Amino acid sequence: LSTADIISTVEFNYSGDLLATGDKGGRVVIFQREQESKNRPHSRGEYNVYSTFQSHEPEFDYLKSLEIEEKINKIRWLPQQNAAHSLLSTNDKTIKLWKISERDKKAEGYNLKEEDGRLRDPFRITSLRVPVLQPMDLMVEASPRRIFANAHTYHINSISVNSDHETYLSADDLRINLWHLEITDRSFNIVDIKPANMEELTEVITAAECHPNQCNVFVYSSSKGTIRLCDMRAAALCDRHTKFFEEPEDPSSRSFFSEIISSISDVKFSHSGRYMMTRDYLSVKVWDLNMESRPVETYQVHEYLRSKLCSLYENDCIFDKFECCWNGTDSAIMTGSYNNFFRMFDRNTRRDITLEASRESSKPRGILKPRKVCTGGKRKKDEISVDSLDFNKKILHTAWHPKENVIAVAATNNLYIFQDKMN
Amino acid sequence: EMEDKVVSPEKVEEAKLKARYPHLGSKPGGSDLLRKRLQKGQKYFDSGDYNMAKAKMKNKQLPTATTEKAEVTGDHIPTPQDLPQRKPSLVASKLAG
Repeated sequence: LSTADIISTVEFNYSGDLLATGDKGGRVVIFQREQESKNRPHSRGEYNVYSTFQSHEPEFDYLKSLEIEEKINKIRWLPQQNAAHSLLSTNDKTIKLWKISERDKKAEGYNLKEEDGRLRDPFRITSLRVPVLQPMDLMVEASPRRIFANAHTYHINSISVNSDHETYLSADDLRINLWHLEITDRSFNIVDIKPANMEELTEVITAAECHPNQCNVFVYSSSKGTIRLCDMRAAALCDRHTKFFEEPEDPSSRSFFSEIISSISDVKFSHSGRYMMTRDYLSVKVWDLNMESRPVETYQVHEYLRSKLCSLYENDCIFDKFECCWNGTDSAIMTGSYNNFFRMFDRNTRRDITLEASRESSKPRGILKPRKVCTGGKRKKDEISVDSLDFNKKILHTAWHPKENVIAVAATNNLYIFQDKMN
Repeated sequence: EMEDKVVSPEKVEEAKLKARYPHLGSKPGGSDLLRKRLQKGQKYFDSGDYNMAKAKMKNKQLPTATTEKAEVTGDHIPTPQDLPQRKPSLVASKLAG
């Protein structure tokens, strides 16, 4: 297993026709969905490689003695404005805007050079010819159009495109900046939680996201399990939140692990913009933006791990950052777990399912079998016991097609794409 | 009353951890953990150690007075020559077919 191949982010574009993945080696691979055609009815909706490019390189900051990983932390697509596609990709320090464009024509019949590129002697040219556009095999090219650098002292964990389609935010452990997509030499700092004395540091920013339709609103989550909603119209610096979301904790149940497992690893607004979802180590919570006192729904992802926290702390798994996502209609949510398991919850029926993304359990066009973890007592056939779970097989990144029941699941260095079975 | 006597699985795990690491601080989510997180990627370059390591390479042929196996920090600090060469493999991602 080459560590460079480990997938670090997965994201569908607005139409769902493109799926981008970023990896630890700083590369981006974009998949495109096959169009339905009468000739190949069985390849409806298959995703094939469309483009691949090296987005970030490893760097060393000599001034700070800091090694900067090339790992792509997040990819966010921009809404499509012309024939080309654009996305933002970021590592720990630098955000880049990439334009992906297709070329299917080339000009032939130049005056000053031959077809093979050799220059023609200008004194030998006796007649003028006009180059003609000829069709060629499709070439997909990616070019970096903007580099947004030097704005983050700490490690970038999130980027989010605003609904105004002109600005986006980037968040690191202690600060959030607002950028204009056209301007790379300036950004506005909108949140700064760095204490004057670093000894007093008690929490860090773990994720941030722009509201899907209110361009003045964004949220950020913290390592203490809280979420702050901010309004950019209220002040230039949004250190004072507009809303503060925190679930009350029973003080008698507090343990050494409480704060660590309450740390929120991901926050996502629902498509409607009415709810938001947060992922902490053991659960996923859905919050109504109108109610700050507690979440409206809580889903247990792998509660059986509560009795394994000691070893999970020792092997660092307790710090794993799982992401979560909504389906297109906000009726279901999905998140990953260990042993290549991922979980889906139906918010209406309250049913949940555990599925596995691995070669052994998925055959092309086969149907996935639900999995179950045995939490104690007698293990039934087909169940897996908690102690047999492989904690190196973590599903941290998943994505749901914006309109259809198609999901992308990243299992270490493999990408799985599952679709609702066709009737 | 029975429920009060049941210890939560989390507290059992906490006791296990404290038994293994008795000096573990009482503020686990506090500054130490966070500062470790903020310092990710920090590599230290000391010109003194670097020059010592360079000198050691040159003097490899000379017999040393003592063959102590003690760690010399000069051997382990990365030198500038090492770091920039750490480029990703030019092999395309396996996902790209």
